[in-house]
Amino acid sequence: MIKFEHVTKYFGERRVLDDLDFEVQRGETFVIVGFSGAGKSVSLKHMIRLLTPDQGAVWVDGEDISHAGQRDLVRLRERFGVLFQSAALLEWLTVGENVALPLREKTDLDDAEIHRRVEETLNMVNLNDIYLAHPSDLSGGMRKRVGLARAIITNPEIILYDEPTSGLDPVTSRTIDDLIDRLRRELKVTGVVVTHDLFSALAIGTRIAMIHQGHFIELSTPADFIKSRHQVVQDFLEAQYITKKGAWEAPRNETHQQSIT
Amino acid sequence: MLTREPEFYPPAINWLGLLGRDIWMTCRNAGRALLMLWEGLLDLRFMLGNRARPEVVYQLYVTGIKSIGVISVVAMFTGMILALQTGLELRKFGQEVNIGAAVMVSMLREMGPFMTALILAASVGSAMAAELGTMVVSEEIAALEVMSIRPVRFLVMPRLVAMMVMTPLMTFYACMLGVIGGALVGTTQLGVSLQAYIDNATRFAENKDLYVGLFKAFVFGIIVTTVSCHQGFSTTEGAVGVGRATRRSVIISFLSILIVGYVITRLFYV
Repeated sequence: MIKFEHVTKYFGERRVLDDLDFEVQRGETFVIVGFSGAGKSVSLKHMIRLLTPDQGAVWVDGEDISHAGQRDLVRLRERFGVLFQSAALLEWLTVGENVALPLREKTDLDDAEIHRRVEETLNMVNLNDIYLAHPSDLSGGMRKRVGLARAIITNPEIILYDEPTSGLDPVTSRTIDDLIDRLRRELKVTGVVVTHDLFSALAIGTRIAMIHQGHFIELSTPADFIKSRHQVVQDFLEAQYITKKGAWEAPRNETHQQSIT
Repeated sequence: MLTREPEFYPPAINWLGLLGRDIWMTCRNAGRALLMLWEGLLDLRFMLGNRARPEVVYQLYVTGIKSIGVISVVAMFTGMILALQTGLELRKFGQEVNIGAAVMVSMLREMGPFMTALILAASVGSAMAAELGTMVVSEEIAALEVMSIRPVRFLVMPRLVAMMVMTPLMTFYACMLGVIGGALVGTTQLGVSLQAYIDNATRFAENKDLYVGLFKAFVFGIIVTTVSCHQGFSTTEGAVGVGRATRRSVIISFLSILIVGYVITRLFYV
């Protein structure tokens, strides 16, 4: 559905994406993990042409979005919903107006219908009675969920999630994970998630890719991912206390015990 | 597309290279600003639509009503200072009765449009640059583009309408207040009767002075919006970038207003 064809991207002298070549299948949740600055968000931005490749192309259902004309770009982007890392809510609008924005600007639905759809979508993300609140009144987790509601209100085929759980407490993070998983299972939405959070990646991903120095060093199912033999992947897993046997072995090691006592 | 890719340039080899790059970037930014203005002018056809009307009304309120206080004070005192300075000089020749004409003509031709535009550039224009710059930094502009909502139609057009309407209106208001301020000083400090002040003011001022003054204000409104919005959209590097965009918007607006003001005066009066 989304295909990267030998995509290379430079920021000045630095090669951020290096001949990246992969395909996201319809209906899957494809998770990209990696260290900070590895190129996760950059690859995500290529999918909606907020960035364009220096070499190669990004294809969406057989159409080259990297080189599409303005009209085609608008048409292709209408198939996407995006949850930005900061949620990117318009601060002067209320929550309801933020979520309603794509419908109000891009459809001819009347106010009553828009209001109904907004309430319905806010309920989907477990937010009630905040229609008239302003984004500045919300917690980080609530902002993310409002951003998610805005991303899904137009029923997009593909949703891109940029660090959906960053900065959130573990309970809220799992709530967001559940929402993403529900969208895939119930609405058959194709998702691409960029995250540092391996627990989240293992829970929601149908496939996980690890990006390192601009290209994927591992691309596999969650079960195979934690068994990866690649040292960088292993380091990344162990940094979050995930081992081949499962999670949470590290607290038992000696150094950690000493630091606790 | 307003969301721009980060730009990286190798260090310039020498001062000539640096100068060349600066000239190239200035020309490119001017071109981008003019293209944005063109797009905004084409979008004026949407200004009365249901989607844009509330934002247009809000921007009219911000530009006009919220600026009226500072414009009133500045205009009133400018008229009073003009009257006092010219009146004291003219008194030496027994011509203080002519302050009406001096105040009226200078307010209509130059002081009214310049003052109003400079105040709006410093208050409304800088706020535009800061607001749009913050939206760029927090990815709100990118979010609009991804939702296929054109930022120029959604954000620039209502501000453009507000400035195109409100700058001439505020200019006219400032001129009238300046003339009233002049009358106040004339009658209380210089011993000129109100009737003589009004007669003198209306005899020497021409309709052309009013029209050219309002035309200037209209052009200044467009300049302030274009510069401020473009600077806002060009913001990079977070909070520091927002501050830089705001400062630049005020400086470039001031310089453009002075230069374009001179050109318009030259065109209509020489």
